[in-house]
Amino acid sequence: MCKLIFSSDLSSSFPNKFRNILEELIIEVKNLTKKFKNFTAVNNLDLNVHRGDVFCFLGPNGAGKSTTIRMLLSLIKPTKGSIKIFGKDLSKHRNEILRNVGAIVEKPDFYLYLTAYKNLELLGKINRCDVSKSKIFEILELVGLESRWNSKVKTYSHGMKQRLGIAQALLHNPELIILDEPTTGLDPQGMKEVRDLITTLSREKNKTIFLSSHLLSEVEIVASRMIIINQGIKKVEGDVKELLNSEKLNVKFEVSDIKVAKYIIETSTWANALIQLQNNVAIFSLSENEVAPVNKFLVEKGVEVKAIIPSRSLEEYFLKITAGEI
Amino acid sequence: MITLIYIELQKIFKRWRTYIGFLAIGVLVPIIQIALFYEGDSFVNGMTRRLQDTFLVSGNLLNGYLIGHLILNSLIIHIPFLIVLVGGDLLAGEATAGTYRLLITRPVSRFKLLLSKFFAGSIYTASLLLFLAIMSLGLSLMIFGHGDLIVFTGKILIFSQDDLLWRFALAYGFALIGMITVFSLSFLASSLVENAIGPIVASMSVIIVLFILSALQFDFFEAIRPYLFVIRMNDWNKFFSYNIDYSTIWKSLEILIGHILVFFGIAAYIFNKKDILS
Repeated sequence: MCKLIFSSDLSSSFPNKFRNILEELIIEVKNLTKKFKNFTAVNNLDLNVHRGDVFCFLGPNGAGKSTTIRMLLSLIKPTKGSIKIFGKDLSKHRNEILRNVGAIVEKPDFYLYLTAYKNLELLGKINRCDVSKSKIFEILELVGLESRWNSKVKTYSHGMKQRLGIAQALLHNPELIILDEPTTGLDPQGMKEVRDLITTLSREKNKTIFLSSHLLSEVEIVASRMIIINQGIKKVEGDVKELLNSEKLNVKFEVSDIKVAKYIIETSTWANALIQLQNNVAIFSLSENEVAPVNKFLVEKGVEVKAIIPSRSLEEYFLKITAGEI
Repeated sequence: MITLIYIELQKIFKRWRTYIGFLAIGVLVPIIQIALFYEGDSFVNGMTRRLQDTFLVSGNLLNGYLIGHLILNSLIIHIPFLIVLVGGDLLAGEATAGTYRLLITRPVSRFKLLLSKFFAGSIYTASLLLFLAIMSLGLSLMIFGHGDLIVFTGKILIFSQDDLLWRFALAYGFALIGMITVFSLSFLASSLVENAIGPIVASMSVIIVLFILSALQFDFFEAIRPYLFVIRMNDWNKFFSYNIDYSTIWKSLEILIGHILVFFGIAAYIFNKKDILS
């Protein structure tokens, strides 16, 4: 016998214990401010990262991203405001918190005169984690450096150092992983591997990931929530899909005959959505579910559509936000 | 803490710069020993000429103790320059290399990190002095053999060979405190900047300036002279006298240890407050 359960009933019957875990704040930042003499790098920043989030931190160069990350890792002392990680005040429980945090901050720097293995062994010992040969090789294998374990880091390329940076961040199996531009210097294959690794860590290992990146396409693929800051001030924070869906996309329709297409479009209701006509390309501002009807309309009117190219939505959104248009 | 010191020692001894000091001693001491091996007799004759007018000098005067004492006397002034090469790099080198970020994001307090670096640097200083002792005293005893030690300190003092090892041990022990004071100065300079060359040059400059000040016999400097650590560093010589002036030695130790504590304290304050921007 079937019994229908309304979603509201379901949510109320969902055990509080699990709901609490999902809503647990891993990072809670309030009124965070950092001033360097007269320059305010971060201004009254609030942000919340929940357990299991792949939280992306976006902003143009000089927006205050690295300063914020450095404050989260106690490399820089805030001028004002509070940082709680795992529900504990960072200024009071620094060591306890950092024991469960792995991080890459900006470019990956290591002791160049030591081998990759030795670097990981020393850093692991400071963290008091397992630095057995098998554990270090497991991590080196994960980032594809097992064959170069005994090479001094000074012989590594930037991409290899970046991979080693990820290895050291994961070595002590932290709950929270803070990655500042983790794919910088990697080739496309390496970037994909890092993206896959982030997805795996989040979905399969239930890690919380705080990610700063300039590569918006990458963020769009991996991030669940995001914040955009500019000049040290928060512009927007929320669920990536929700934020992007609230915006229209710029969609390019490549057509066979632009003159015919122009006449048909300008005499239709889609004329209002048209942005530009140029070189056999018509650009519309459309919501996601308007793309198919426009295509259908053009084809039914005898216009051959060769390609439909949506612009990268996050890039558009990011540029609008940072330009102050939203 | 022991693990942290061990890690810091590994970092120090895996760098070629660390071995400049050992190399300098390893080259310089044998050169002096070779020179004395061939010209030692005329050197000793020159030293004891006035003595020979009055006394009959017998026995092995050109012995390992004499060579060890001579080398310690002449090289102890230069050892500080070898120590600051490592001390000046200990903190600033991490900033230059960007590895501060790796270290300070670990679950260890900044004070502990600093203390471990300080201990590791002090161990390096001790190892350099130990190497000097082995090369200058140990090797000299092997080459030149044993004998009584003649020391000229305004007057002529002769120490029986049975009465010497403990004096050398205490002199080296005292010299170690002096050298750790020099190391502390370079460590403090290293905490101030993010480039290793600056602290090394600055520490060397301070030591040279203090040596010059200590040599100037003006009344104007009399008030500060007792507190100049470079003057106190030389009090290892006091162990080579018939009646050892322990009160002066203790006073010197107090001043040297006071310098060490002040230098380390300032470095700790700066390091704890420092924003890591490198």
